[in-house]
Amino acid sequence: MSVLLEAQGLCVDYLGGERSVRACAEVDLTLRRGEILGIAGESGSGKSTLITALTQLQRPPAAITAGRILLHRDDADGGGTVDLTAADEKRLRALRWREMSIVLQSAMDALNPVMRLSAQFADVLREHRRGITKEAVAARTAELLGMVGIPAERSGAYPHEMSGGMRQRATIALALACDPALVVMDEPTTAVDVVMQRQIMKQILGLRRRLGFAVVFVTHDLSLLLELADRIAIMYAGRIVEIGAARAIHDAPQHPYTRGLRDSFPPLHAPLSVLHGIPGTPPDPADPPPGCAFHPRCDRRLDACDRRLPRLGPVADGRGLAACLLHEHPEEAPVS
Amino acid sequence: MKPALRNPKVLAGSAIALLVVLAALFGDWFSVHALGQDPHTLDYLVINQPPSGHHLLGTTGSGEDVLAQTIAGARGSLVVGLVSALISTALGILFGVCAGFFGGVADTVLNFITNLFIVMPVFALTLIVAGYLNNTGTMTIALIIGVFGWAGGARSLRAQTMSLRGRDHVQAMRMLGESRTRLVFSEVLPRLYPLISAMFLHAVIGGVLAEAGLAFLGVSSPNTISWGTMIQNAQNQNAIINGLWWWFLPPGFCIAALGTATGLINFGIDEIANPRLGAARRAAQQAVKAA
Amino acid sequence: MSSGTRRRAIAFARRLRFYVIAAWSAVTLNFLIPRLMPGDPAQAVVQQLEVKNGQNLPPQTVEAIRKLLGGVHENIAVQYWHYLGNLFTGNLGISTGNFPTRVTTLIGTALPWTMLLMGVSTVLAFLIGTGIGALCGWRPGTRTDSVLSPLSTFLAAVPYFWVALFALWLFAFRLGWFPLAGGHDPDADPSSPRYWLSVLHYGLLPALTIVFSSCGGWLLGMRNMTLTTTGEDFVLLARAKGLSNTRVLFRYAARNAMLPQLTGFALALGAIIAGSVLTETVFTYPGVGSLLKQAIDNRDYPLMQGILLFTTLAVLVANFLADSVYVLVDPRTRAQGGDAS
Repeated sequence: MSVLLEAQGLCVDYLGGERSVRACAEVDLTLRRGEILGIAGESGSGKSTLITALTQLQRPPAAITAGRILLHRDDADGGGTVDLTAADEKRLRALRWREMSIVLQSAMDALNPVMRLSAQFADVLREHRRGITKEAVAARTAELLGMVGIPAERSGAYPHEMSGGMRQRATIALALACDPALVVMDEPTTAVDVVMQRQIMKQILGLRRRLGFAVVFVTHDLSLLLELADRIAIMYAGRIVEIGAARAIHDAPQHPYTRGLRDSFPPLHAPLSVLHGIPGTPPDPADPPPGCAFHPRCDRRLDACDRRLPRLGPVADGRGLAACLLHEHPEEAPVS
Repeated sequence: MKPALRNPKVLAGSAIALLVVLAALFGDWFSVHALGQDPHTLDYLVINQPPSGHHLLGTTGSGEDVLAQTIAGARGSLVVGLVSALISTALGILFGVCAGFFGGVADTVLNFITNLFIVMPVFALTLIVAGYLNNTGTMTIALIIGVFGWAGGARSLRAQTMSLRGRDHVQAMRMLGESRTRLVFSEVLPRLYPLISAMFLHAVIGGVLAEAGLAFLGVSSPNTISWGTMIQNAQNQNAIINGLWWWFLPPGFCIAALGTATGLINFGIDEIANPRLGAARRAAQQAVKAA
Repeated sequence: MSSGTRRRAIAFARRLRFYVIAAWSAVTLNFLIPRLMPGDPAQAVVQQLEVKNGQNLPPQTVEAIRKLLGGVHENIAVQYWHYLGNLFTGNLGISTGNFPTRVTTLIGTALPWTMLLMGVSTVLAFLIGTGIGALCGWRPGTRTDSVLSPLSTFLAAVPYFWVALFALWLFAFRLGWFPLAGGHDPDADPSSPRYWLSVLHYGLLPALTIVFSSCGGWLLGMRNMTLTTTGEDFVLLARAKGLSNTRVLFRYAARNAMLPQLTGFALALGAIIAGSVLTETVFTYPGVGSLLKQAIDNRDYPLMQGILLFTTLAVLVANFLADSVYVLVDPRTRAQGGDAS
């Protein structure tokens, strides 16, 4: 499959006068067409900052201070490669929703409370399909709502008149309005109950199979990603510490943090087992520890961990990338 | 307290407010001994004089020194502002906190009264009640302003109290049988102090403005000098159409300065309480400069 | 009836109930104030008129004044009953300062002037302030914002009548651009175009002072609300949709930031008559505010009582209408029924 989106050395800082806080540091990512890439991390790990940067929606005080985001367009859409960080507002506006759309965590907050659902579909359809008729807008809205199992007559409702699950499915339908190549999802199932969560996940997988869009799915819930994603990236303190196939992350996590994260969530389908949390708390992004940011909480730390910053590199068996000194100097690993 | 003193807005606001308080406390003494002018002295030989070396801000239509009067006016205005703010804040706490904390019938009744006072034309009511009272002393005016001006504060206190009441630890303490009155004093009020102090500052300047407005319309204590009565006298003696600008400009400017001072203090405290506000603004400015 | 219509009807009834009780409270307060005041306002009025006319008043006039202001040797409930009866027949009594003109006539003559001047300038101030405030909140930190926002804070603290006095001194006295007092050219014939031009000329300076000093409040309120709203997810989503900036601002950010402003606007519209006292006193404008000032100066109690009643009812009607409009612009209030105010 061809490459859709690449992030290269992406840094996002929160500018705060004399001292800035780096929320994302030197992030490298590659997303292929039709692929579901999961990004997992605790709150404050920079995963939400990363997706607002990928979609160029960051607002002051957040700013991209280094790196590029390359979007490779399909030949049917005119082809070519765009560096989103260098594109002007006009260029970006033309790409938005047609190439990349977004689903946010809380649909209650993401939908305009004073506009009917139909109007929130209509304005984006009109924006990107100039001259579309009223009938065509209504038909497309009904079709989109139908994809997520919402009857067309509900399109006249205001957001507060719908149930939480229906609202969330409506925002997913909205994200698909212009057949985007990429849908970015920021914890879209956190605000709904478990039954609705399963239903939404099933719908996302089904729609992806039908329509072929790629997904960047951000969550703190690693077990969810293990079932949904093709590949998973793990973030800690603004950096990607491991990235690999979902299976590999689950069966053989290479980074101690990934292992801790995996062991602290119950899998969705599995007999009960003992869970292990990760001791300690995530670092203060304004004052990260020197060297590897995870070293104060790591049970396999080496002497050099508080001095040397590990680079994201291939692990021994070649099944992914991890940023950990254990893999740069495997011979130094203490026997446990 | 330390961050408050480092905030330039709080510093500037406090400096202006302090100056007004000093003028209210020691203004008379200062005028007589340092300026050699008594604010009450009428001197018919020097009426309507523009500013000069002897009368730094000129004289009024009765030959009083405008600077000495402006300094003396600080006391008259500030006393009304403080007393009315005390009354309205106390009433606001009584209505807002009780309605929010006790709920039920108490809330229905108190909230109804609060809403009633919010929609009533308070200034006209104040004016008319003051108009019925033939002799209006400073304290009467402060009382009327306070009694009619508490409803807005009560509304925000009620909302805050309701959210505090819902907090887990307050709920838990209620279930443990802690008396509700004690809870109000130990758990609710201390958390409302920031809001209450902001309300109080707001009420002080509101009181000063209301006193000035009432005085301008002729409702004032005849023997007290305040910034409002100065403007009223200027208006009554046609200072405008005689072009005596030095008479009505200084007192109004002082009210504006005091109002800006309380505004600055409130803004500064807001910035300290929500550091993100200030940071976001600075960053936005940087972003704008960079673009 | 559908459940939505039913809920809406219940919400409407609840709002109406609040305003009916509020109106009744206002009417009762108006009855009580002169009776609770120390001294005997009715006796004061009688004496005032006798001094003015140089002769004793006929007993039925004295009786009428006592009925209005208290002091009759009747049960207070009976007095209250008579008072309500008079109100419903539109009888607010006779002005003592303008004897023997009826209070309703005086208010009726003054009202159009106040409505015109205060109404137009309040609406203008609201529109200008809210518009600029939305832009400042949308792009905080720009030059416009960093100048206008602190300036508005300062202006909010300046006493209005002082601004008005200053404007009168500068533009009318020093520069002579505007007349010093009045509402129209006293020599012009009320049916001539010259008269209407003079109405515009006389009203312009008072209107400008009102717009100037109340604009800042609207600006700050809208700026802060827009600033808050632009941080909301639905604005983020609107930007992600690739909608134009103006569309995101007007249909998403400002559209929602407007809602609290509307409540303030209703209160401001209601307060027009009360607020006119200061403006009309400074500019000697022939409206209800001047009338109230005159009533207080003359201790014209029937006129004071009449204006207070009228003002209060105007506020209540304005608020009721605004509440009803609010339900149209915020669909969420339709479901919950909304708070009475």
